[in-house]
Formats: sequence, C-alpha cells, structure tokens
Amino acid sequence: MHVEVTPLPGIGTRQDFQTRSGRRIGIVSYRDGRYDLIVSKTDDPDACVASIPLSPEEISTLASLLGAPQLVNHLERQHAEVSGISTAHLPIAPGSRFDGRTLGDTELRTRTGVSVVAVMRAATAHPSPTPDFRFAGGDLLVVVGTPDGISKAAERLDRG
Amino acid sequence: MHNVALSLIELGAVFFGLGLLGRLAWKIGISPIPLYLVGGLAFGHGGVLPLNGIEGFTEISAELGVVLLLLLLGLEYSAAELVTGLRRSWSAGLIDLVLNALPGAVVALMLGWGPIGALVMAGVTYISSSGIVAKVLGDLGRLGNRETPVVLSVLVFEDLAMAVYLPILTALLAGVSFVGGLTTVGIALVTVTVVLVVALRFGRFVSALVDSPEPEVFLLRVLGAALLVAGVSSQLQVSAAVGAFLLGIAISGSTAENATRLLEPLRDLFAAVFFVVFGLNTDPKAIPPVLGVAIALALVTTATKMLTGWFAAKLQGIARLGRLRAGAALVARGEFSIVIAGLAVASGAVDQGLAPLATAYVLLMAVFGPVAARVVEPMARWAWSLRQRRLAGAES
Repeated sequence: MHVEVTPLPGIGTRQDFQTRSGRRIGIVSYRDGRYDLIVSKTDDPDACVASIPLSPEEISTLASLLGAPQLVNHLERQHAEVSGISTAHLPIAPGSRFDGRTLGDTELRTRTGVSVVAVMRAATAHPSPTPDFRFAGGDLLVVVGTPDGISKAAERLDRG
Repeated sequence: MHNVALSLIELGAVFFGLGLLGRLAWKIGISPIPLYLVGGLAFGHGGVLPLNGIEGFTEISAELGVVLLLLLLGLEYSAAELVTGLRRSWSAGLIDLVLNALPGAVVALMLGWGPIGALVMAGVTYISSSGIVAKVLGDLGRLGNRETPVVLSVLVFEDLAMAVYLPILTALLAGVSFVGGLTTVGIALVTVTVVLVVALRFGRFVSALVDSPEPEVFLLRVLGAALLVAGVSSQLQVSAAVGAFLLGIAISGSTAENATRLLEPLRDLFAAVFFVVFGLNTDPKAIPPVLGVAIALALVTTATKMLTGWFAAKLQGIARLGRLRAGAALVARGEFSIVIAGLAVASGAVDQGLAPLATAYVLLMAVFGPVAARVVEPMARWAWSLRQRRLAGAES
C-alpha cells in the first residue's frame, strides 16, 4: 500500500492513500499534535468531503477499532504458511475459572505448548501479554500452537 | 500625572475598540486587519477624533509589530521546508511574482511615482497574506485537499522573495546609489543563503541559545534576540524586519513551536497597533481620489492571483475545480502589503498618494480574499451546471 506523505509548510503533514474504490483517506497531522481525519469527495478527488478533528485519544480508539480484527487476520495469514501451526481465538467466559486470574496461572505454555500472542479487550489489542497479565471476563485470547495443543488449551480455559 | 491618566484612557479605549472590531470580524468571517485599518483611519490625521499624547508608545509599538510579524513568519517555516518548497514551487513562484508584481508597478508608473514607487507597489500587490490564507484554508476544512500544498508552497516562495526584496527596498528607500543598491542586493542574497545554510546545519545551536524551560525566561530571550538582530540589521540597512525574519528561520524544531505559542498574543497585540498607526497616518480624505485606481488594481490582481493558482495547481495535476480553489485562496492581501507600504511611507521617499492607495487596496483585498475563497466553488459549480443545461437545451 502506497501512503503518500505531503509536507504542508507551516502546518504539518498530510498522509493519505487511495482506496480501491478511488477515495482518498488519510490524516492531516498538525505540528502541535492535533490530527484531522480526511476523506476525499467522490465527484472531486482533490477536495475533502470531511475533515474531522480528532484528539490523540480519539485517534488511538479509532486505530484500535480498525486494528484489532486486522491483527488476527494478519496472524492467521502468517501462520497459514507454516504447516502444523494454527491460530485461534479463545474466550475467557465471565465468571469462569481464569476470570480475574493471570496468564501465568493458566500454565498454558507448559501444559499445552500454546502461546498467547495477544489479548483483545474492548476492541483494544494487548500484544505479547506477560505472565502477570490479569484476565477479565469477555477477554479474547489470540493463541498460536498445534491444533492438538489448541484444543487442549480450549478445554483448560473452558473447564471450571 | 494628568497626562499619564489621559494616555492610559486613550490607549485603553483604542485596545478595547480593537477588541470589539476583532470580534466582529471573526463573527462575519473576515480578517480583522481591514477593520483595524478603518479604526486607525477614524482617529488620527483628519479623522473624527484625533488622539494625542500616545504617539511615543504607538510609534515604537508599531515597529515592534513589524518585527514580530516577520519573526513569526520566519518561525512558521523551518529551513528544510523553505528549501524543499523552493525546489518544488520555483516555477509557480516565478509566475506568481511576474503576474502579481507587474500590475502594482505599472499603476505606480502610470501615476508618475517613479521607479521606487513602482517597486513599492509591486511588493504591495505581489505578496499574499499568509496569515489570512492559512486561516481561511483551516476554517474551510481544506487542509486535506490536494491543491493545498500547492497554495502553501507558493506562500513559502513569496516569503523567501520577501527576504530578498525587503533589504533591496530598504536600501533604495534610503537613497543609495545604483552601485550601492547592487552591493545591498549582493549582501542580501549572501545573508539569506548563509542563514539558510546555518539554519539547516546548526539550527539547534541557535535554538539552544534562546531556549529555556521557564516560559518567562524564554520569552525574554526570544524577544531580546529578535530586537537585537532587528536593530543591528536596521543599522546595517538590511531592514529590521528581514533580520527578525531570518532569526525566525534559524530557530527551529520544538523551540520554534514554543516560541510561536508564546509570541502569538504579543504579535497580535503589536500588529494591531501597527495597522492602527498605519491607518492613523493616512488621511481618510485622501482615499476617495485613489479609490477608483484601488478598485481597478484589486480587480486585476484578483484575476492574476487566480491565474497563478490555476497554473500552479495545473502543474501538480490538479483538476479544474481544485485549480480555481487554489487561485481564490491566494487572492487575500494583508499584513505584508501594509508592512511594505509602511516602510515606504516612513522613509518619505515616495508620493503622498501611496499610503491611501495601499490602504484602500488592502482594505478591499483583505475583505474580498476570504470571500473569494469561499464562493469560488459554488459559483464554478453553478456556472458549469448552467452551461450543461444550455448544452442539453441546444441538443433537444
């Protein structure tokens, strides 16, 4: 994907790219740290139909909304090429055995050989969680391992 | 004691009045500059209510206003942006220079103001108001548009042109000979190049010299450095404004951002005084005789800026509507036209009619510029739909 970076002297930079449908999407980042989300018009691709000011907080929310499903897809694509390894999402059901416990408590790696590469919580990805990462009900674990290991891990998380 | 009290009352009234005018201007969506000028016209020479006793203050404040205007202009662009801007937009910049300096020069020559008057008026009609343009582009949500970098790089070119133009103008206004003028041109070009190179390579040292974590220390250092450089360059006849501008370019990075944030309110205050003083020194009765010329000049230079934007945007592969938007965005003239006219008037080397003409011209262009930027797109769409309807009507 080609992202065009255009300096805006005295203001900041514009970074945008062309979507397959012919629209231009991107951001204007100001020198003082503000951002505008920009979307081009359909009938006049030079102009913008919207230029929406976003705070850094809003930017990161938008980024994680778009980025979370992307991460799983990306992992699946990557591991699809390695035979014998698969990726899965395993939920932590509210009130289940590991709700409120840490990743270390599950002993997933020692018992099943499965690695937790990320935890999705409220549309935010927490990549590479450490053993002291504490789960909450509704978390979705992105795991990588052998199909056998993954079914054992699912069983272990479900039980109780 | 009585005099001090009176001066305070007068100053207070002036600032408060400017505040009201500024509020009104932003409310109706135009730049406050024309209203400040009108405010100045209303007082002072031949105005309805002459002010006395605050000339000492307003005079030095107006000078400060010019220095701050140019310092912040320099702070706005980093040296790297100036160099890439120059590389990218020199052809568009040259078109801009020729198309927009010519009308002013021709009018001055026709009025018999001589070559110096022509040079002054060329500057007045050439330079767009980067303040008004940037504000209008932001307000209209056009920063993400494809033609906006084109507009901004034309402004960058104009600012660099100013760095060369102002020292030459200052020298000529001071009445130096042709050879002396050439020397000044040489000095100006060398200085600008040296400052750009220094800013590119050693910008952080210049920044470190003025930077400080405490806001008040920082403010005093930046302002002190600016006035020192402005004063010294004025002594060397390179124009105080250019000294401040070059210092602004040399200060870079986060130091420049912080300096901008600190100095902006000061600039707004002193620049407002500068516009008022310019208005004060202009006799309102002198405006009606030059109004016709000013209107003609406004019409012609609106067309030439539209052409400039059209060509500049076309070079970057922008479609017709975008080219029109780029042209209209550039129409506004403002602070720097008045700075140039102010230098000329202060030197006394130009015709009496120049100040009223420049005032009337900037009044027209500062009001009309933002309006043009706003209406160009709806008008173009309307015109196209009208033509299409007519074509459809002709076919049926």
